[in-house]
Formats: sequence, C-alpha cells, structure tokens
Amino acid sequence: MNQRRPVSESLLALFALGVLLFNPPMLLLFGVDATLFGFPALYLYIFASWALLIALVAMIVNRRGRSPGMRPRIGRTRDG
Amino acid sequence: MLQGWVVLLVSFGYLCLLFAIAYYGDKRADEGRSLANNPYIYALSIAVYCTSWTYYGSVGRAASSGLDFLPIYLGPTLVFVLWWFVLGKIIRITKKNRITSIADFIASRYGKSTLLGGLVTIIAVVGIMPYISLQLKAVSTSFNLLLGYPEIAMPSGLGEVPIPHDTAFYVALLMAIFTILFGTRHIDASEHHEGMVVAIAFESVVKLVAFLSVGLFVTFGLYDGFGDLFTEAKALPEYGSLITLGTASTYGQWITMTLLSMAAIICLPRQFQVTAIESLDERHLNKAVWLFPLYLLIINIFVLPIALGGLLMFSGDTVDADTFVLTVPMYEQQELLTLFAFIGGLSAATGMVIVATIALSTMVCNDLVMPVLLRLTWLRLNEKGDLGGLLQAIRRGSILFILLFSYGYFRFIGESYALATVGLLSFAAAAQFAPAIVGGLLWKGGTRAGALVGLCLGFTMWIYTLLMPSLALSGWIPHSFIDAGPFGAELLKPYALFGLSEFDNLSHALFWSMLVNIGGYVGVSLATRQTALERIQAALFVDVYRRSDDDRGSGLWRGTATFSDLYALVVRFVGRDQADRAFDGYAAETGESLKKVTEADPALLNFTEKLLAGAIGAASARVMIGSVVKGEVASIDEVMEILDETSQVIEYSHRLEQKSRELQIASAELQAANERLKEVDRLKDDFLSTVSHELRTPLTSIRSFSEILFDESDLPIEERREFLTIIIKESERLTRLINQLLDLAKLEAGRGEWQISDIDPKEVIEEAIAATSSLLQENRMQLDVNLPSQLRRVRADRDRFIQVIVNLLSNAVKFCNRSNPSIQIAVRETSQALLVAVEDNGPGIPAGAEQRIFEKFEQADVTATSKPVSTGLGLPICRQIVEYFGGRIWVERNQSVGAKFVFTVPYARTSFMVPGE
Repeated sequence: MNQRRPVSESLLALFALGVLLFNPPMLLLFGVDATLFGFPALYLYIFASWALLIALVAMIVNRRGRSPGMRPRIGRTRDG
Repeated sequence: MLQGWVVLLVSFGYLCLLFAIAYYGDKRADEGRSLANNPYIYALSIAVYCTSWTYYGSVGRAASSGLDFLPIYLGPTLVFVLWWFVLGKIIRITKKNRITSIADFIASRYGKSTLLGGLVTIIAVVGIMPYISLQLKAVSTSFNLLLGYPEIAMPSGLGEVPIPHDTAFYVALLMAIFTILFGTRHIDASEHHEGMVVAIAFESVVKLVAFLSVGLFVTFGLYDGFGDLFTEAKALPEYGSLITLGTASTYGQWITMTLLSMAAIICLPRQFQVTAIESLDERHLNKAVWLFPLYLLIINIFVLPIALGGLLMFSGDTVDADTFVLTVPMYEQQELLTLFAFIGGLSAATGMVIVATIALSTMVCNDLVMPVLLRLTWLRLNEKGDLGGLLQAIRRGSILFILLFSYGYFRFIGESYALATVGLLSFAAAAQFAPAIVGGLLWKGGTRAGALVGLCLGFTMWIYTLLMPSLALSGWIPHSFIDAGPFGAELLKPYALFGLSEFDNLSHALFWSMLVNIGGYVGVSLATRQTALERIQAALFVDVYRRSDDDRGSGLWRGTATFSDLYALVVRFVGRDQADRAFDGYAAETGESLKKVTEADPALLNFTEKLLAGAIGAASARVMIGSVVKGEVASIDEVMEILDETSQVIEYSHRLEQKSRELQIASAELQAANERLKEVDRLKDDFLSTVSHELRTPLTSIRSFSEILFDESDLPIEERREFLTIIIKESERLTRLINQLLDLAKLEAGRGEWQISDIDPKEVIEEAIAATSSLLQENRMQLDVNLPSQLRRVRADRDRFIQVIVNLLSNAVKFCNRSNPSIQIAVRETSQALLVAVEDNGPGIPAGAEQRIFEKFEQADVTATSKPVSTGLGLPICRQIVEYFGGRIWVERNQSVGAKFVFTVPYARTSFMVPGE
C-alpha cells in the first residue's frame, strides 16, 4: 500500500503523454492522406489516443478512490 | 408543420420545461434531497463548456479548416488530467473561503483587493460579451432559418432590420428575463444554484443527443457508415486539407488554441461557476475528471462527418457551414429532426447564457457595484436596513445590462464573423486571468501589484491586438488601423506588432498579451513587497492542501465587535432565516452559546467575514466587517507569527507533540515501576521484621529454658524433663519454620523443583490422607471423605499436590472443635477443573480475613491462644502451589460453622482437549 506511487506523479506522466500525443510531431506522423479502417488516419489517431488518455485517467482516479489516500471531505458547505 | 408559431411554441415549451426542472431542483435542495449533489449531474453541468460554438461553430470550422476544431476540446482534457494541481485546489479554496466568483477568487488571493476584483470584473464583462453575442447570433440565425422552412435561405443583412423587428433582440430580452428568474430568486450565502445546475445538466444531455442524432442521420441515414462517407468525401476538392493539418502555421494555431482552451476551462467565469462555486462535493471531481472529457470526445465524433456531409450536399451553394447541423436535416425534409436539432442548439446557447450571465452579474454586483456603493459614505449604506433586496436588484440590473450590451456587440460588430472566431476572441480575454490564477495557486510570491500590472497590460494588449481590429473590420474605426497601423505607424500594426507578422492573428495576440501579462506579473511581483494580508492569503491559497480544515485560528481580526452588531450585519445581507441558521450551525460546531456572547472573538469575526463573503464577495465583506470592528487588524508582527506557521512548522510541532506524548507515557510507566519497587521494598522490610520476630520467639524460649537448666543444677528431674520437652518442641517448630520459609522463598522465586505430569488425583488424595493419618488419630479426629470412584486426571506436581492437602488437613486439625473434632474432604468435578474442599468445625474465619489469611505470617485467630499454633506460612505455600498449577484457592463464605478451604486443579489436557491444541 505504502509503496504505491503517488497519484500526482501518475497524473503528471499522463499529462506529458497527452502533450506528446496531441502535438505536432505525432500529429505530423499521422497527418497523411491515408485511410485506416475507412477513417482518415489523423481523425482515427486523435480520437483513439484521446479515448486512451481518458481511460487511463479514469483508471488512475478510480484506483486512488479505493485507496485511503484522501480523507473524505465534508461535502456541502451550504448553510441555507 | 414547421410554421413560425410551432417553432415559437416548442421553444417556449422547452424553456418552460427547463424552468420547471430548475424549480424542482431547487425544491429538492431545500428539502435536503439534493438532485445536484451527484457526480454525473456535476460532470454534465461542466459540459456547459459546449455552447453554440461547439454545436454549430465546430462544424463550420471543420468545413473550412478541417480537424483544427479539436484543440478546443483537447486542451480541457489535458487540464482535467492535471486536475489535482489546479482544479482540485481551486475547488478546495473556493469552498474554504466561500468564494463567489472568479473576480472574488483573484481579489481574495491578492489580499482581498477591491481594486483587483473590479478590474477582473471589467475584463470578464468586456471579454465575455462577444461570446454571449455569439449565442444570440446562433439562436436568432437558426430561428430565422427555420422560419424559411423548407426553403434554405441564409438570413442576411440582419444589421439592417430595425431593432423592433430583430429576432436577436427578443432572444436577448427573453434570455435576460429567463436568467433573472433562474438565477436571482434569492440571495444565497454560498451562491449555490442547485436548480440551475440540474437544468444545465439536462441541457447538456439534450444538446448531446440532438447533435448525435444529426450526426447519426448524416453518417448512417444519408451514407452507409463512416467508410462510405469518407470515401464519398474524397471527391471534395478540399478533402485533403480537411483530414490533415497542412502547414506549419496551422500547427502554430493548433498549439495556440490548445493553450487558450486550457486557460479557458479554468478561467472562463461560467466554467469557474459550475466547476468550483457550484461544486457541492469535492469528490464529484473524481468522476467528472474523466466523464467530462468523455462528453467532449463523444460530442466531437460527428463534427467532421456532418461537415463533410454538408459540404457534399451544398457544394457550390452559399449555405454557411456554421448552419450545417440545421440545414442538412432541413434539406432532407426531416421536420422532427430539424426541430430537435434546433432545440439542441437552443440548449447549447441558453445553457451558456444563463451560467455566464449569472456568473458575471454576481461579479458585477459583488466586486464592482457594492464596493463602490459601500465606499460612498453619503449613501449611508452601512446604516440602512435590509440590503438583500438591493443586492438582488443590482444583479438583475446587471443581467439585463450584460445581455443588452451583448446584443449591441452582435448587432454592430460581431455579425460579420464566424462563430468560432468570436469565441476565440473571448477565450483570449479569459486567458488573461491565467497567470494571476495559476501563478497565485503555485507561487506564494505573487503580489497584488504584480497581478494588477499583469492583468492591465494583458488586457490592454488584448484590446489592441484583437478587439480594436475587430472594430476596424466592422467599420467603426478606419480600416487603415489594421493595414498601416495607428497614425501610419507601421511598427504598431495590431496584427503585426513590431513587425511580427509570421503568426496568425490569434497566436500573435496570445503571444504579445501573455508576454506583457506574465512579464508584468512576475516582474512587478519580484520588485514589490506583499502586505501582511497578502502574505496570509498567499499562504492560505498555495498551501490549501496542507492546512487543516480548521483555520479559524489564523484569523487576523484583533479588534472586537459585539455579536449583535455582527448579527445585524449578516441579517441585512442574507436575511434573518439564513443568518439564524448559519449562526446556529456555528454555535453547534464550537459548542459555545452565542446568546451569551457579547464580545465576538476573532474566530467568530472570521466566520462572519466568510459568511458575508459568500453573499457579497471577499473584498466587500472585509470592508463591512471593518466597519463594525473596533480596533485594529493584527499588527505586522502578529501576522508574521501566523504566517510562520507554515506547514513545516506545523508538522514539526506535531512531531514535537508526539514526542512529548511518548515521553509522558514513558515517565508514567517509570513512575509506576518506581511505586511498585517501593511497595516491594516495604513488603520485604515487613517480611524480614515478621520473620525475625517469628524466629526469635522459639529461640527465646529455647535459650531461656537452656539457661535455667544450665544455672539450676538441682532441678527435679520431672521439671528438667518438662523443660527439655519444651526445648525440643520449640526446636522442631524452629526447624519447621525455617524449612517452610526456604520452601516459600523457592516457590516465590520460581526456583522450586517441579515435576508436572498428568496424575490421578484420587490416588494422590488417598496418599495424602494416609500421610496425615497418625496426626488425625492422635487428635481423635473424625474424617469424612467424599471421593468419587473415578476422577479425571489432573495436571500437577504429585508431591506438591500432597503437600497442599497435608497443609490444609493439618491446618484443619489445629483449628478443630476440641470436644467433637471432625473434618470433611469433598472432591468434585466441575467443567473446568477438579475441585477439592477441606472443611473443619472449628471457630471459622472471621469475616474480612478471607484474603488476609493467605498472606505470610497472617493468622486468622491470633488471640484465641497465647501461643501461635502454626507458623503462618502453610496457607501462603498452598496458594503458591495451587496457583502454579493454574488453579485457585479460597475460603468458602457463608459457613455457619467452621472454615471451608476450597482449591481447584486443572485437568490434564489430553483428557478433554483435542490433541495438538
């Protein structure tokens, strides 16, 4: 349990991955006039990597939700 | 079917439905069964990010420049990946400090500065107006388009229609009324609009489903799936440029838009409103962090297909690509789908307008108008009664004002622009807040002056490089302003400042505005000093995760105020009911009764300030509290003291506390051990004195009789014999005493030799009785033995067992009734152990002595005979032995005659337990 990597580190790494995926060198790589499974390559690439990023975030956050790392907080601050 | 009145009726019906949902949401919240307190509703409400711009504009942009509509959605995804560092922190701070708007947030961070709050408000209002006008444009365009059904005629020259005939004007008015009804029904001390949030979430669902319906219709209705559509689209001349990203400048723009949208998802007032201020529970972010990006992904899947479908359908026509979502189903005569698409667009627009105007009106009220009003002393606002009504009026007025000005922008400037371009203009304005917010979250050194200078410079640069050119393009300033620069100064051309002409307009503006904004912020922050209040706020914001929930102690009010003053103040702004509830809650939490409080302490002052901040913003709340507090705020030294309690210090002191607690425990243990040692020492002294006394008694008599025998040589023989008998008896007694003492010492020290084994108790008891038979006969004892024929084996040392019984028997013999001596031995099996009882018919044990007789040298009845009949060690030895076996020995109470000693011996393990246990 204690040896688990802090979530913030994983998130930072994911952010770096996202920056890499959504920026020119990778986009240029796929930015060709070709089709993959009937989709334009770049279109498919962006949506697939986007979905991957979301799935990874969901995974990390869920894992964190199960670990006792964060104290539950008092939800509502509303007075009325 | 799609006559004007039908469209109007459906639109009204839809708005009424929204209002009903909001009303229901509010009602549920009041009943305490909140609908909005749900991660899915929360995530959907954040999707207010998708406005008409997404709904209509993305398709338009995709039709002209391909995939570069996407960075606007990839940026927020990236920010949500980093939620822990920015969004989570903002939400925590907002909750703790009861922040009411983004202006309030920035003002709070930099020392609750009224000036900064006002500046942010002005930037936000000016910057967001184009964005709102975009929504008005979208609604009125789509409405006018629909009126022409089934003809597709691009509405043109809207600027020439007189205002009373302009649809957009009525759209603006209607939305103003709607927002006023929605958002300012009551002044809440925490600015939650749960009903609105639920309605916005509903709208997010509607616009998503509507957009997907159109997308599915195009992809699978008109074409045979994606593959077919993309194959067909290859015929388009622009196809190649739409599915790739072309030149380096496109990539530059791609990066610019990603950065802008990253800033926008944090800094747009409406996003700040739904993400931070309306957040009911921080944990909802755990789901929203991936649900919201997922929403963005889903709504964008069909953007390109619709754009391509529209291009294929209307190639050569003059249909504006911004309207494809509507015109494609219209062209195919899909009446219901067309109407649904229109409602989807209406959802997207109303959602944005409602949240944006509520957020802006809160800012205008709390951070612009109220601080000014409160400072105008001739208004005597401080002394007036209920101000809740005034607050409401200001907010309603500002909603109307914002929407009418947005309409003005739409009518006189924005009409010639594509939706996405106008939207990006607003994004660039909102991005000006990013350095002050993100810097303020991560860097304690940012100062008020730095934030002021950075914002001013950035905003000025935004006006110069984006807003003024847009005015020039609309003909309000001479066009030469763009072409030749102001007054012909080439270097100052707004789209190519200082000759920087390589970038597109947006990247160009972003570069210059961020250069001066960040440069001003950092540079001036480094050059200026923070005031005490700024330093406190900086520490509170940056270290928000590290601080405990209870930071009341860091209050910096030093003066005092009467509770009744504070109460009256709060009542004036939030009403009596809310004030009562809030103070009751505070009283319950702290456990002090506020009725008894006359002088408010700093903690209560702090609480009241935050309560007020929830209604009128941090800066104004500070002014108001200042007006009732007598005395000064904390001195610099005191503030420094508070500040120095940074997390390290707190942690260090925690550790110190821990250490001192451990020390306390250890010293308590030491003390206890010392007490025991002292007690043992005292017991030893007692023991020694008793032993020496017991030994001296027989010694004394032996010696005195020996002396008599020695001195008096002519004693008669009978007397000699008598004396010698005494000497022998006393010697025997002495020997016995010493033996027992040695025995007991061995037992107590645990050095006795034990041979524990499983033995048959029946045999042992019989042997013990046999061993004492001579003693019994000598005293003419009557012995009753009640011994069952079969007994379970017990675990004990055979010789010691015999010793216990012999001891008890001889004890019984000594104390028996002399005239009719009788002893009973009873052996019985209980479930846990073997029970042996030895009973005599002597005088018995006096009440209260049952425990004492097992102590060394204690005798129950010393007064009965002048000479002790026993050594006083027999019973202690018995107890030592029995306890060593794991049994117990005691004196049975409730004996009318005689004493009954009972002891137990545990059974052998093998006889009743599972082997190996």
